[in-house]
Amino acid sequence: MFSTSLTVNDVLYLLEGAWVTVQLTAWSILLGTFAGLLFGLLRALLPRASLPLAWLLDVFRSVPLLIQFVLFNSLKSIVGLNLSAFAVGCIVLGIYAAAYFTEIVRGGVLAVPLSTRRASRSLGLSYGQDLRFIVLPIATRVAFPGWLNLVLGVMKDTALVMWIGIVELLRASQTIVTRIQEPLLVLCIAGLIYYVMSLVVARLGARLERRWQEND
Amino acid sequence: MIEIENVHKSFGDLEVVKGVSLTVDKGEVVSIIGGSGSGKSTLLMCINGLEPIQKGSIRVDGIEVHDRATDLNRLRQKIGIVFQQWNAFPHLTVLENVMLAPRKVLGKSKQDAEALAVKQLEHVGLGDKLKAFPGKLSGGQQQRMAIARALAMSPDYMLFDEATSALDPQLVGEVLDTMRMLAEDGMTMVLVTHEIRFARDVSDRVAFFCNGRVHEIGPPDQVIGNPVQPETAAFLKSVK
Repeated sequence: MFSTSLTVNDVLYLLEGAWVTVQLTAWSILLGTFAGLLFGLLRALLPRASLPLAWLLDVFRSVPLLIQFVLFNSLKSIVGLNLSAFAVGCIVLGIYAAAYFTEIVRGGVLAVPLSTRRASRSLGLSYGQDLRFIVLPIATRVAFPGWLNLVLGVMKDTALVMWIGIVELLRASQTIVTRIQEPLLVLCIAGLIYYVMSLVVARLGARLERRWQEND
Repeated sequence: MIEIENVHKSFGDLEVVKGVSLTVDKGEVVSIIGGSGSGKSTLLMCINGLEPIQKGSIRVDGIEVHDRATDLNRLRQKIGIVFQQWNAFPHLTVLENVMLAPRKVLGKSKQDAEALAVKQLEHVGLGDKLKAFPGKLSGGQQQRMAIARALAMSPDYMLFDEATSALDPQLVGEVLDTMRMLAEDGMTMVLVTHEIRFARDVSDRVAFFCNGRVHEIGPPDQVIGNPVQPETAAFLKSVK
């Protein structure tokens, strides 16, 4: 009734692709989180001075990711940078994530009421102490769901790196489809792997949020 | 001693405080009453430098608050302030709320800060809420926590900015009782308040603000009991 040419090796090949997807996601989120945190703080605390930064980041939020991949990859060749395709993928995705995360952080910081900050300053806390002990912890709770969303989004956007020649989960599945001509089955399996990876991230996030919410 | 001399304060084109002079002696309790927009709360924010002023001077124990050379973080350690919106730090427990400034600003050890915080929280009747988060407390409890938080810095002065205005009526009493206790302990206090009867009870002097100026000032029995200015009388009648 049900027969398939899919072999165990094919499934392992898919899982290898999934591992590349995980690595790409991890590195670009790492880069995007650090850069986005820095840029977001600048945008929230020095809105006027950091306006040019906002314009620049707008470019990365507005141009389709695929175009950014191809352009950056060409730029790499023209300038003669000695970067692997994997590194290019991480950098482009990282900047893209940073551009989004900047706005998430900005929103989180601006969500801390001015009166709360005044209360901490009135106790003698310095500007830096207020930021570290009051603003950042509160802003983190506000920004976290947005950050989690971004992680899930970036995980799926990693599929676009196949256009610059990286074999990740989606590309691996297409290779197999080409060979065994069973797109439905293979894509279902690939989709399931994406789903499981997302579920793990979302569950971990939900657990952390629940712990914060118990306090509010 | 707090010496306020001819202070002017504007927000953009709008002048809110128009030349206020007022002196508060050590151990004195001064209440500021007046309609909304009369500049009372704004003046309070200027006393510990949370708001800049455009003209005049404010000195606390001889230190110019609005001098660029003044270390405001240091000065604020001796001026506690309690706000209308109690402004709890929502991510910290009641105990941590009170411990934060003694630890980070005064550099006390964890044990010392905790002992101090527990003492202050018991003083305001929150000894059983140490591990609770502010979100689980009533407004009155949060406001008493805010008072304990300010007191934990051992301030020489306490400013209250309409500390009971945002509370449900049945919670006002517990906060006023805490404030009364402080006044009886000899704390130097400046209260911006709409609780006229309370002001009359605890104050050494009452100042009536009108249009950004001190319109009438004197002992409570005089200003509240027998005001000279018609505006004061009209205001008192309106809030009764």
